[in-house]
Amino acid sequence: MAARRSIVATPAAWLVWGAVVAFFVFLAGVISSVVVSSFGTRWFDTWLPLGWTTSWYAQAWDEFTLLPVLIVTLEVSALVVGISVLIGVPAAYVLARRAFPGRRLLYLLFLLPILMPPITYGIPLATVLYKYGFAGNLSGVVLANLVPSVPFVILTMTPFIEQIDPAVERAARMCGAGTRQVFLRILAPLLVPGILAASILVLVRTVGMFELTFLTAGPDSQTLVVALYYSMSAAGIRAQQSIDAMAVIYTAMMLVLLVLALRFVNPTQLVARVRDEGD
Amino acid sequence: MSARPALRHRLAERGVDRQLLLLLPAALFVVTLFIYPFLYGVGLSFQPTRGGMLGAYREFFTDAYLRDTILTTLRLSLPAALLNVLASVPIAYRMRGRFRGKRLVTTLLVVPITLGTVLTAQGLLNFLGPTGWFNRTLLSAGLVDAPVRLTNNFWGVFFSLVITGFPFAFLLVLSYLSGIDPSLERAAATLGAGRWQRFRRITLPLLAPGLATTFCLTFVLAFSVFPSAVLVGDPSGTTRVMSIAAYDAAYVRYDYPLASAVAVLMGLVELLVIAAVLGWRALLYTGTTAGGKG
Repeated sequence: MAARRSIVATPAAWLVWGAVVAFFVFLAGVISSVVVSSFGTRWFDTWLPLGWTTSWYAQAWDEFTLLPVLIVTLEVSALVVGISVLIGVPAAYVLARRAFPGRRLLYLLFLLPILMPPITYGIPLATVLYKYGFAGNLSGVVLANLVPSVPFVILTMTPFIEQIDPAVERAARMCGAGTRQVFLRILAPLLVPGILAASILVLVRTVGMFELTFLTAGPDSQTLVVALYYSMSAAGIRAQQSIDAMAVIYTAMMLVLLVLALRFVNPTQLVARVRDEGD
Repeated sequence: MSARPALRHRLAERGVDRQLLLLLPAALFVVTLFIYPFLYGVGLSFQPTRGGMLGAYREFFTDAYLRDTILTTLRLSLPAALLNVLASVPIAYRMRGRFRGKRLVTTLLVVPITLGTVLTAQGLLNFLGPTGWFNRTLLSAGLVDAPVRLTNNFWGVFFSLVITGFPFAFLLVLSYLSGIDPSLERAAATLGAGRWQRFRRITLPLLAPGLATTFCLTFVLAFSVFPSAVLVGDPSGTTRVMSIAAYDAAYVRYDYPLASAVAVLMGLVELLVIAAVLGWRALLYTGTTAGGKG
C-alpha cells in the first residue's frame, strides 16, 4: 500500500489520458451507432430510434443471401490460410536458418507485396488472372489473396523459427532423421504456436482484405467485405439499417477471430519480434 | 564425372544446397503472381491505344483531374500518418511501464484494426453525420448553431484513416519503446537530467529509427485508402485519391493502359516517400537499445 504512487497526476498525464479517453469515446460512438441503428425501426432526427426490432437481421440474412456469402468467405480464408502456411513455412525456415547468396534480395522480394498498396498490383494481377480465366471465381480470389499472405506468413514465421535451438535439429539428424522427418516430427510440433498465430493473422487479414477480393471476385465469389461494400455504395436500394445489420455481423465475426488471436499472440510482442527480425 | 561433386561441394561451401529448394514454391509464387503481373502492368502502361509509348503517362500528367490525385492522396495520407505516429509517442511513453489494465487497453486498441474500412465508414456516417450523436451533442451543448459537416468530405476520410491507423501505429511505437532499456533513462536522471531532457536526449534518439519505420508502415496503409475514400469521402472531388483514379480507369473507362500507368505512378510515389523517410532514418543511430554494463 505504501508503494502506491501519488494519485494527483501532472497536466501532461491528464492531456495524454484525455486523448486516449477521447479516442475510445469516439470509437465507441462509431461502433455503437452502427449497432443501435441495426436494431432500430426508424431513426432519423432523434437521439435513439423510435422502436426496436431484429427484423433487419432476418432481412439481411434473406436479401443479401448472407449464408452463401459467409460460406464463400470461410472457403476463401481457409484455402488462403492453408496454402500460405504450406508455402510460407518452409521458405521461412530457410530464410531463418541459412545464409546464401541473394538472401537479402529474396527478402526484399517477399517484403514488396506487403509494402505496395494492394490496388497497384491488384489491377495488373486481375488483368492477368482474367486473361488466363482465373478471375471471377473462387480460384482467382484465393490466388489474389495469397499474394500478400504468403510473404506475411514468411515474415511472421521467421522469428518463431529463429527461437528454436538448431541443436535440436542437429540431434535429430544425428539420429538419422531426413529433412522431411525433421520437419514433420521435430519442427512442426515446436512450431504449432507460431503457425497458429500466423494463420489467425492471415485469416483476419483475408477476411478484411477488400481491394484484392473486390478486383477479382465474380458475382458468386464475393466475400463479406465486398458484399458489404456493394450494398453500401449502392445506397438507396437497401435500407440503411439492413446494411448496419450486415456490418454488425461482420464485426462480430472479426471480433471472434480477434479474441481467438489474442489467446495465442500478444500483439506488442509479435510486433517486437518482427522488428528484431527486420533489422 | 569428377567435376559434379566438386561443383556441389563448392556450392555447398557458399551455402547453396538442396535445402534451398524449400524456398522454391514461395519464390515461384511471388514471381508468377506478383512480379509477372506487375511487369505485365508496366508493359501495358507503355502500350496505350493512342499517343505513342508514353501516351498514358502524358494523359495522366496533362489531365488535371488525374494529375491532382497525387496531391490529393498525399494531402490525406501524409498528415494522417504523421498524426498517428506523433500522437502515439506521448501515449506510448506514458504506457510503457507496467500498470493495471494495460492488457485491456492494448486489446481495446486492436479492435479498430479488425473493424475494417467498411464498418468504420458506416459508423462514421452514422456517428458524425448531420443528425448523428456527435453533432447532436455539439448542438445541445450550444457549441455550434448548425451541424458540422464531417462526412462525405476530406474529414470523413481523415477520421477513418486515424481510427484504423492510430492503433496500429501505437502498438508498434509501444513495442519499440518497450525495447529501450529504462536503466538508460535512470542513468540520465542520476546525472541530473530533467524529465524533458531525458526524453529529448535519451529516449527520442533511440526511438527515432522505430518512428521512421512506423511512419512508413502507417503511410502505406493510409496511402492505399480506397473504400473509405469512396464511402465517407467525396470520391469525385476532394478525396479523389489515386486508387480511385486507377479503379476508374480500369473498370469504368476500360482503359487498362491508363489504369496500369496510374498504378505504376502510385507505386512510384509511395516508394519515393518511403525511400526519403528511410534515407533520413539511415542517418540516425541504429544499434542496440539495451543498456550495456561495460
